[in-house]
Amino acid sequence: MARYESLLDALGGTPLVGLPRLSPAVPEGAPPVRLWAKLEDHNPTGSIKDRPAFFMVREAEESGHLRPGDTILEPTSGNTGIALAMVAKLRGYRLVCVMPENVSSERVQLLRMYGAEIIFSPAAGGSNQAVATAKQIAAEHPDWKMLFQYGNQANARAHYETTGPELLQDLPTITHFVAGLGTTGTLMGTGRFLKEKVEGIQIVAAEPRYGEVVYGLRNIDEGYVPELYDASVLDRRFSVGTRDAVLRTRQLVEVEGIFAGFSSGAILHAALAVAHDAVKNGKRADVAFVIADGGWKYLSTGAYGGTLNDAEDALEGQLWA
Amino acid sequence: MAIEVRVPTILRSYTGGAKTVEGAGSTLTELIDDLDAKHNGLKGRLITAEGGLHRFVNIYVNDEDVRFLGALDAKLSDGDSITILPAVAGGALGFAAAAALLGR
Repeated sequence: MARYESLLDALGGTPLVGLPRLSPAVPEGAPPVRLWAKLEDHNPTGSIKDRPAFFMVREAEESGHLRPGDTILEPTSGNTGIALAMVAKLRGYRLVCVMPENVSSERVQLLRMYGAEIIFSPAAGGSNQAVATAKQIAAEHPDWKMLFQYGNQANARAHYETTGPELLQDLPTITHFVAGLGTTGTLMGTGRFLKEKVEGIQIVAAEPRYGEVVYGLRNIDEGYVPELYDASVLDRRFSVGTRDAVLRTRQLVEVEGIFAGFSSGAILHAALAVAHDAVKNGKRADVAFVIADGGWKYLSTGAYGGTLNDAEDALEGQLWA
Repeated sequence: MAIEVRVPTILRSYTGGAKTVEGAGSTLTELIDDLDAKHNGLKGRLITAEGGLHRFVNIYVNDEDVRFLGALDAKLSDGDSITILPAVAGGALGFAAAAALLGR
């Protein structure tokens, strides 16, 4: 179907494309090992976050948490904010985003274009500064509504009800699903659905490993694990550094013509690891992974050109996923 | 048998400021015991009183989370690279802000 009543109706149903050139070669006579990319940049605002944003708003409306004209307050480093801004605009809400100032300028411009207001938490002050900023906002505006993507079950449910079924329909032979680990919503929702339907499927997480500047933690007890996270859904979890993420992001566009953001490069890195394991063990594999967004929003980082060392320097201290 | 261990800033007070240290052991438990012998107190920051990995500590063997490789029983080999990181996924500052907003 290619005709929709409104932009929100065009959500999901994204293409799943094979990657014949990036899939590892197998010895003659060995079972095939294939990589498949789910192009989530084909969603209305260009990222996978359109799914949870729409589901979270719809559920808040149905439960009465959100009423017409309300202000939504959401901490986000980018794509969720952009997706929420679009949904809020079409459904009649005001959106205020709290975000760290070390995200790419395109994200900020996009948010403002969609009509969102932004409150920055200083990057240099680390998390304690962000905490102070957020506490202040909450105290000043007790009537603002939070959807809180890190703990909102509608975030995971969006993927349980859409991403998972789409993958199963397009790739019934799926053996592995690989996605990024942030709020954990994609992996929890899609992972639960696929585990119910596909025996032996492996759910694999790729998490970005930033330079330490970005974490800004003073001690271990300041760490945070999203409420949505349930480790039993995962089979493997990879930490992917900036260099590997950039290398794979460049390979995606150079080898397969897919222009993606850096988190997708990190996801491909993990997908290749499980694909190579399958080749080594002589096992058949259909590895589906997520292209979370396109590369447009990250061009200003300069990390698509120059040497890998240049790119690493360019992304130092940035939230690239 | 030498295994390289990358230590996050917040734990470098135990390693005299060193970013990477070397340890030995055929399992993660053995490695942590070995590290603790050289850097007194480090174990207490990684392992809880109940004997499990601290909730907010992630340890990776060659970039893979040890919780999915047998946790403290994970097998190690010479030349492995270990990374210790505090538990924060993407959007670390967003998490902190969110936690604060919810009063957690």
